[in-house]
Amino acid sequence: MTLNQVIFDNVSFRYAEDQPWVLKNVSFSIKQDEWVAILGHNGSGKSTIAKLMNGLLFPDEGAIYVHGMEVTPETVWDVREKVGMVFQNPDNQFVGTTVRDDVAFGLENRGIDRRIMLNRIEDSLTSVRMSDYLFHEPHRLSGGQKQRVAIAGVLAIQPELIILDEATAMLDPRGRKDIMMTVNDLREETKVNLVSITHDLNEIVGADRVIVMNEGEIWLETVPRELFKQEEALRQIGLDVPFTAKVTNRLKDIMDFDQQPLTQKELLDQLWTFHSKK
Amino acid sequence: MASSLIIGQYVPADSVVHKLDPRTKIMMIFTFVIIVFFANNAYSYLWLTVFSLSAAALTKVKPRFLLKGLKPVWFLIVFTFLLHLFVTREGDVLTTLLGFPVYSGALIQGFQISLRFFLLILVTSLLTLTTTPIEITDAIETLLHPLKKIKFPVHELALMMSISLRFIPTLMQETEKISKAQASRGVDFKTGPLKERIQAVVPLLVPLFVSAFKRAEELAMAMEARGYRGGEGRTRLRELEIVARDYVAIGLFLVVMVGLFYLRT
Ligand SMILES: Nc1ncnc2c1ncn2[C@@H]1O[C@H](COP(=O)(O)OP(=O)(O)OP(=O)(O)O)[C@@H](O)[C@H]1O
Ligand SMILES: [Mg+2]
Repeated sequence: MTLNQVIFDNVSFRYAEDQPWVLKNVSFSIKQDEWVAILGHNGSGKSTIAKLMNGLLFPDEGAIYVHGMEVTPETVWDVREKVGMVFQNPDNQFVGTTVRDDVAFGLENRGIDRRIMLNRIEDSLTSVRMSDYLFHEPHRLSGGQKQRVAIAGVLAIQPELIILDEATAMLDPRGRKDIMMTVNDLREETKVNLVSITHDLNEIVGADRVIVMNEGEIWLETVPRELFKQEEALRQIGLDVPFTAKVTNRLKDIMDFDQQPLTQKELLDQLWTFHSKK
Repeated sequence: MASSLIIGQYVPADSVVHKLDPRTKIMMIFTFVIIVFFANNAYSYLWLTVFSLSAAALTKVKPRFLLKGLKPVWFLIVFTFLLHLFVTREGDVLTTLLGFPVYSGALIQGFQISLRFFLLILVTSLLTLTTTPIEITDAIETLLHPLKKIKFPVHELALMMSISLRFIPTLMQETEKISKAQASRGVDFKTGPLKERIQAVVPLLVPLFVSAFKRAEELAMAMEARGYRGGEGRTRLRELEIVARDYVAIGLFLVVMVGLFYLRT
C-alpha cells in the first residue's frame, strides 16, 4: 500500500494580511518512501512550504496533512515528533555546546531515557561519519560538519519525514558533496521520506520527483530526467541546469540519446557506446 | 583566541578536583568564603592557608595558571596591606616609614586582611580553573531547582547560560570579521582620542547586533522545530552524580571547618 505521507490541499499562505500571497493554491502529495526535491529561485516560497510542513506556520487557506494528521496548532507537537528539519545556516541551529549535547537536544525535548539517548546519539553520529567529534565545540567544526551534526540530530529522533531546507546553500563545494553523499547513503539505509529544498539542480539528481516552484505557485511537477531537458524554460525562471545536462542538450542536435543522462557517468557511458550502437 | 575565551579560565587536567561534582565544589567554596571570616589568629590563618594550598596542589593546575588568575588582584592585596599598615594604630610603634609611625598591630592586621583576601581569590578561582562553564551551569540549575516552587525560571536561566556559552565564540569570530572589514574601510579602532575610538566602535556594534538578532530568531525557530517546548517533561543527557569521591571531599572539608573553630580564639 502506498500511503500519502504529506498532502498539501489547495494551500495558500501569506505572512500578513497586507502582504502578497507567498503561496497560491499549492497542492501536491508525497508518497511513502519517496524523495521529493523542491526547486525554485529565491523567494519562490520553498522555505515557507517547509515551515508549513511541521507547523512552524499554518496555512491561511487549504489544509496540510502529515502522516494522516492535519497540521493545526493542536496537533503541531505530534507532527513535530515525526518531522525532522535541517535549516540553511549551520551556526544558527546548533544549540548544544558540544556535538554530543546538540544531537541530544531533540531527544531531551522528547523526554527520552538517558540510556536510549546515548545509543541513539552514537548511532546517528556514526551514520553521518561524525562519531569522532563527540566532544567538539561548534566553533571547531567546519560548516559541512555542523550540517552533518544537524542531520544526526534529526536522525536521532527517528523521524518519518526529513526536510532539508537548503542545507547545503552555505557550504563550499566539498561540504556540499559531503552532505549530498550523506543524504544519498541515508536513502539507501533507511526508508525515510525525504524532502530536499534547493536551488541547485545538481542536488536533485537522486530525487524520485521534483516540484518546481515559481512565484508561489507550482510551476512543474516532474522527474529529474525530464526536468533536465527543459534548459530554456528553467533559465526563464532563474534556474540553471547542471553541466552534464547542458552538454547533452547541445549534443542532441547531432546525436540521439536513449534517455536524458543524469550524471556525468551516464553521459559518458552513452557517448562511448554511441558509435557501436549505430 | 576564541577557544581560550570560551573555556574561560578552565585548565583541563586529570585531578580529583576536576572530577568532583560541580555542586560539591560550589557548596564547599561558598562555605569557605564564609568561614574565612572566622579566622582570627595565626593558627587559624595557617590552618586555612594549608587547606587552600593543598587544594590548589590537588588540582594539578600549574602554579603559572593559578598566578594568572590572581594577577588582576595583586594590586588590591598589596594596597589593602599598605592601607592597614598606615591607618591602624594598635600595639607598639615599631618604626617610622615615610614619616608615618608603623604600629605592630597594623602589621599584623594588614597581613591578616591581605592573606584573607588572597585565600578568597585563590580558592574561588579553583572553581573556574577546574570546572567547565557548562558544568557550572548544570550545577546552578540543580542547586536552584527548589526555587522552581516560587516560579523562578530555573530551567530557562540555565538554558540561557548554555546558549550564551555556545554563542560566545561564534560572536567573537564574527566581531573579528566585522572589525577587519571595517578596518579595511579605514575605521581606526586603535589610535586617536578616546572619543573617536568610541565612535569607531559604533560601525562595529550595529552589524553585530543586527546579525545577533537574526541568529536569535533562527535559533528559536530551529529549537521549536526540534520539539523544544520548555523545561516540562524534558530529560537530560548530562547528569550530575554525587559519588563516594564527593562524600570524602565533603568529609575532609568538615574536618577543616571543625579544626578552624577549634583553633580560633
Ligand atoms: N517572516 C517573513 N515575513 C514576511 N515575509 C516573508 C517572511 N519570510 C519570507 N517572506 C517572504 O515570503 C516569500 C517567500 O519566502 P521563502 O523564504 O519561502 O522563499 P524561498 O523560496 O525559501 O527563498 P530562498 O531561496 O531565498 O530561501 C519571499 O518573498 C519573502 O520575502
Ligand atoms: Mg529558503
